[in-house]
Amino acid sequence: MKKMFSYILRRILILIPLLLAISIVVFFMIHLIPGDPVQIMLGDKGSEEDVARLRSELGFDQPLHTQYLKFLGNLLQGDLGRSIRNRNPVIYEIRAAFPATIELTVLSMIFASFIGIAAGIISAIKQYSLIDNLTMVGALLGISMPVFWVGMMLMLIFGSRLGWMPISGRISRVTDLEVITNFYILDSIITQNWAALRSTISHLILPAITLATIPVAMIARMTRSTTLEVLNQDYIRTARAKGLSEKVVILKHVLKNALIPVVTIIGLQFGSFLGGAVLTETVFARAGVGRLLINGILGRDFPVIQGAVIVIASFFVFINLIVDILYSYLDPRIHYS
Amino acid sequence: MANLTGMTEEKRIKSESLWTISFRRMRKSRTAIFGIIIIILFTLVAFLAPFISPYDPLEQNFIKSFRPPSAEHYLGTDEFGRDVFSRIIYGARISLQIGFVAVFISLIVGVSVGLIAGYYGGWLDMAVMRVMDLMLSFPYILLALVIMSILGPGIYNAMVAIGIVYVPQYARIVRSSVLSVKKKEYVIAAKALGANDFRIILKHIFLNSMAPIIIQTTLSIGRAIINAAGLSFLGLGAQPPTPEWGAMLSNGQDFLRNAPWIATFPGIAIALLVLGFNLVGDGLRDAFDPRLHK
Repeated sequence: MKKMFSYILRRILILIPLLLAISIVVFFMIHLIPGDPVQIMLGDKGSEEDVARLRSELGFDQPLHTQYLKFLGNLLQGDLGRSIRNRNPVIYEIRAAFPATIELTVLSMIFASFIGIAAGIISAIKQYSLIDNLTMVGALLGISMPVFWVGMMLMLIFGSRLGWMPISGRISRVTDLEVITNFYILDSIITQNWAALRSTISHLILPAITLATIPVAMIARMTRSTTLEVLNQDYIRTARAKGLSEKVVILKHVLKNALIPVVTIIGLQFGSFLGGAVLTETVFARAGVGRLLINGILGRDFPVIQGAVIVIASFFVFINLIVDILYSYLDPRIHYS
Repeated sequence: MANLTGMTEEKRIKSESLWTISFRRMRKSRTAIFGIIIIILFTLVAFLAPFISPYDPLEQNFIKSFRPPSAEHYLGTDEFGRDVFSRIIYGARISLQIGFVAVFISLIVGVSVGLIAGYYGGWLDMAVMRVMDLMLSFPYILLALVIMSILGPGIYNAMVAIGIVYVPQYARIVRSSVLSVKKKEYVIAAKALGANDFRIILKHIFLNSMAPIIIQTTLSIGRAIINAAGLSFLGLGAQPPTPEWGAMLSNGQDFLRNAPWIATFPGIAIALLVLGFNLVGDGLRDAFDPRLHK
C-alpha cells in the first residue's frame, strides 16, 4: 500500500513539469506565428492605436521571459486573458463551454465502453461465427469512417427524416432551465426540471453515438483479442474442468482478466474523445470547448485558442494520470518503479 | 541421395526470411488483398481523373444546381451545379496526396529522430524523447489544430500539421527497435570492423526495424486522410472551390435536408479508402507477427 501511495505521488509530481511544458508550448504558440501576431489578430480593421493597445495588453512590449512569467502567473490565478472578438474574459467562455464537452464525452465514453466490451466478449466467445464476423467488419468500418460524416448521416436519418431526435444545440429553445453549474443534466436534476432533463438527454444522444463510433470499434477489437487470449489460459481450462457453468467461467474468470488492458484502452481513448468532440460539436452546433477552439482558430482569437488548448490538454493529462493509477490498482503485476 | 535432398529441402525452409514468410501470409489474407484492391482502384482513379471524370470538377452551372443522382449526373450536383461524381474523382487525388505527403513528413522526421535518439542515447535521447512525450500529451487533432493555428489555414499547412502530429509514433517505434538491436553481436561486430555510425544505423539498425515502420505507415496514411478531411471540414484545410472530400462534406452539411447526396458520397469515398489502408495495415500486422507464424 505504501509502495502504491509513493507511486501515485510520483505520478502526480511528474504532472508538474508536464503541465509547465504545456503552458510553455501554448505561450510560445502566439510567438511562432509568421508575421506580427497583433496585426493578424486584428485583421484589416485595427487602427494603429488598436494595435498599440493590444500589444501592450498582451505584454508584447516586454522581454519574452517576463511575458511568460506573467502569463504563467495569470494562468495560475485562472486569468486566461480576454477574447479579442467579444472582449469577454476567456475563463468565462471556457466555464460556460466546458460542461457541455464533459457531458458529451462522459456519456459517449459510457456508451462506447458498454457496447464495445459487450460486442468484444460476444465476438470472442463465438469466434468465427457470423456474429463475430459482423462485429469485426463493423468495428473496422467504425475506425474507417470520419466522425463528422457519421454525425451528419445520423442527423439526416434520425433528425431530418425520422424526426426522432433534435439535431443541434444543447437544449430545446422553448425549455426554461435555471443554469447553476452549466452541466445541464445536473442543473435539471437539481431544479427537478424533468422536461429540461429530457430535452438535454435527447440533444445528447446523437452526438454521443457519433463520438463513440471510433472508441466502440477500438474497445470491441481490444476486448475480443484479450478475451481470446484469456480463454486459452490454463486456469480457464481448470475452471471448466471442475464443472463450473459457462456463465460463471465467463463472468468470473474471463471477464475480470480480459478487462485489465481494456481499461487502458478506454483511458487512452479519452484523447480521441476530446479530439472527436471538436468535430462532433461542430457538426451538432453544440457550444462546447471544441467549438470554442475552432471559432478561436477561424477568428484568429489567440487568447481563446490558448485557453481552450490549455484546458483540453490539462484535462487529457489528468485523465491519463487517473488511468495509470487505476491500472496499477487493477493489475497487481505492475511494479511501482 | 534422397536423404541429401531432404536435408537441402529442410535447409531451404529454415533459411526463409521473415519477409518471405510474411509476404506469403499476406498473399493468403483475403481481407488484405481486398484492401490492396481498394487502394489500387483509388490510385488509378486519382491518376486517370482527367480521363474518367465526366465533367470539370470546378465548372459551375446554376441551371443544374441540386440535381439528385441520375444517369446524367451519377451522384447528383451541388449548389453550384457542379458534378459531385467528378469532384469525388478529383478529390481522390487530393486525399491520397495529403495522406502520402503527411506520412512521408512524419516518416522522415520520426525515423531520423528515433534512430539518432536510440543510437546515441544519453542526454540527446532524453531531451528528444521528452519532446515526443510532450507532443503525445496532446490529443492528435488538438495538436494538429495548435499547429494549424500557428501556420494558418490551407491544404499544405494541413499536410505539415498532420505530418508533425505522427512524428512521435515513428520516433518511439524506431527508438525501441534501435535499443533492442544496438547491443546485438552483429552491430558490435560491424563496429569492431570499423564501420562508421551512418553505415551501422542505416544498414544494420534501420533495416531491422522496417517491419513495424511499414505497418505504422500503412495505418497512418488512412488516419492522415481522415484527419485532413476533418481539418478541411472545420474550414482549416483545403479551401473552396478545391474538390477535397472533407471540404465537400462541410459544404454539403448546409444542404443536408434537401440535397443529402452532396454530403453522403464524399463520406463514403473517405470511408472506403481509409478502410483499404486499415485492411492492409491489419493484414501486414498479422503477417509480420512472429507469434502467428507456424
